[in-house]
Amino acid sequence: MISREDVAHVARLARLALEPDELERMRAQLDGILAYIDQLRAVDVAGVEPTSHAVPLVNVMREDAVVAPFPQEAMLANAPDRVGELFRVPRIIED
Amino acid sequence: MSAPAQAGWEVVIGLEVHAQLRTRSKMFCGCPTAFGAAPNSQTCPVCQGMPGTLPVINRTAIEYAVRTALALDCRVNAGCRFARKHYYYPDMPKNFQISQYEEPLAEEGLLEIDIDGAARPIGIQRLHLEEDVGKLLHEGTLATAQASLVDFNRSGVPLMETVSKPDLRSPEEAAAYLRAFRAVLVYLGVCDGNMEEGSLRCDANVSLRPRGSAGLGTKVEIKNLNSFRNVQRALEYEVQRQAQALEAGERIVQETRLWDADRDVTRPMRSKEYAHDYRYFPEPDLVPLQIDRAWVDAIRRDLPELPRARRRRFVAQHGLPPYDAGVLTQSRALADYFEAAVRAFPQPKLVSNWIMSELLRALPGDDERAIAGAPVTPERLAGLLGLVQDGTISGRIAKDVFERMLRTGQDAPTIVAREGLTQVADEAALAAVVDRVLAQNPRAVADYRGGKTAAAKALVGQVMKATGGKANPGIVNRLLEEKLSRI
Repeated sequence: MISREDVAHVARLARLALEPDELERMRAQLDGILAYIDQLRAVDVAGVEPTSHAVPLVNVMREDAVVAPFPQEAMLANAPDRVGELFRVPRIIED
Repeated sequence: MSAPAQAGWEVVIGLEVHAQLRTRSKMFCGCPTAFGAAPNSQTCPVCQGMPGTLPVINRTAIEYAVRTALALDCRVNAGCRFARKHYYYPDMPKNFQISQYEEPLAEEGLLEIDIDGAARPIGIQRLHLEEDVGKLLHEGTLATAQASLVDFNRSGVPLMETVSKPDLRSPEEAAAYLRAFRAVLVYLGVCDGNMEEGSLRCDANVSLRPRGSAGLGTKVEIKNLNSFRNVQRALEYEVQRQAQALEAGERIVQETRLWDADRDVTRPMRSKEYAHDYRYFPEPDLVPLQIDRAWVDAIRRDLPELPRARRRRFVAQHGLPPYDAGVLTQSRALADYFEAAVRAFPQPKLVSNWIMSELLRALPGDDERAIAGAPVTPERLAGLLGLVQDGTISGRIAKDVFERMLRTGQDAPTIVAREGLTQVADEAALAAVVDRVLAQNPRAVADYRGGKTAAAKALVGQVMKATGGKANPGIVNRLLEEKLSRI
């Protein structure tokens, strides 16, 4: 069973502020999801290549050609805050 | 550095080097990668990490990484995959960096470095590709800044990370590894190697263990090592710090420290352990790569001669001392310069001397662009040496001519003709100068006759001075000897 501490840790990593009742609700839901994973574990996958994609596709690449970038103004247009040509972000706190 | 505090400890260092690949466009979008453009003028929704955009892999970035992997004798994995590395920092607005984790592009290689004249193989653990992140400018220092400014031009530039094994045993070896690694990248043409512009960046893992022990001590990661000098100085400081702590019976804390080049210290970064909990998972927007063997073989066939091989060949083929060969192969451009000059003037040691003393006095030998664009081309250097060889100018004048060639971009014959620098080989004219010098320096003459043969050198110097350095030294020597013996 996943612990409240685990949920709090993951929430912190995802920058989610959870109230105690939300934390418990998330814990219960994650528990259910993990139980489902346990169910999948029961399937015999011996000899099956692990996969990360549902489509049987590999090696999708492009040539190294420059495409005109978006106009600087367009890219800055939605910035909540800026200084000249730069985005301005709130103080960085490394805690 | 061999401070007493370290005597009982063995230093264990591994380096992680990040190299920006010299592709025209970014790793996952077509934005240009040129350095120095106006902030945020080379971005698009993909490299600014906007929702709903899709990355597409740059084929050339893969090719460059394979090329590097082969040059480092790595195993290029048949299959590899990109992964998301999650963290929150304003240099990466989508809150994850596309990188590689469990299935990197290549593993298990080695890079040979030279330590005290002996080759030492340093293991390469892995080589993988990722995207670079944006650049932050803090208003003041990070600690006091009320806000930070972001330029995303660098965001999405292909970045190749190469992790060495913990095989390095001193700060000097770490610096030697970084130099050798940079030379390989520059020879391969995959990275410009410009550390000032951030094309090549280095993090180090360092720990100490009791000498003779096989286990590993607690390691500390040092970031922000952006020059060869910083790598060595930061590691020297850190080794000393750890040795003192261990000697005092303290435990080393596993942490990330930042090198402060202004204060010459490493200091801890204020980030807790969970910052390293990156929750990697396979990047769902990119399908796996299965690198075709035929492609790998083709890349292998096109590998250029690498620095070490070229250095050995310079010794074997051109008869150069190993020191010269090392200096001349520090960059591909310089080695090319040397070989082009030798083709035009086949006296390798003489050419080497001129490059090492004159060319490298003016230009940094590891700067590909500066050497390739040197105003004195290899052919012009050969032309200058030809003028010395046929006696048109003296070796001393030739050095002045070289300086002028560098300044003006003109060739040697033009400068020699314009400045009237042709060597004086007219015996009658030189004999008159020699007579005058002998008459003006009775003391030196007396010294010489008294057995101080060194006095003859001073007299030669006087003749050279009187002729503005243009006298043919062979003739001056002979004339002086004849006249002195007759006095």
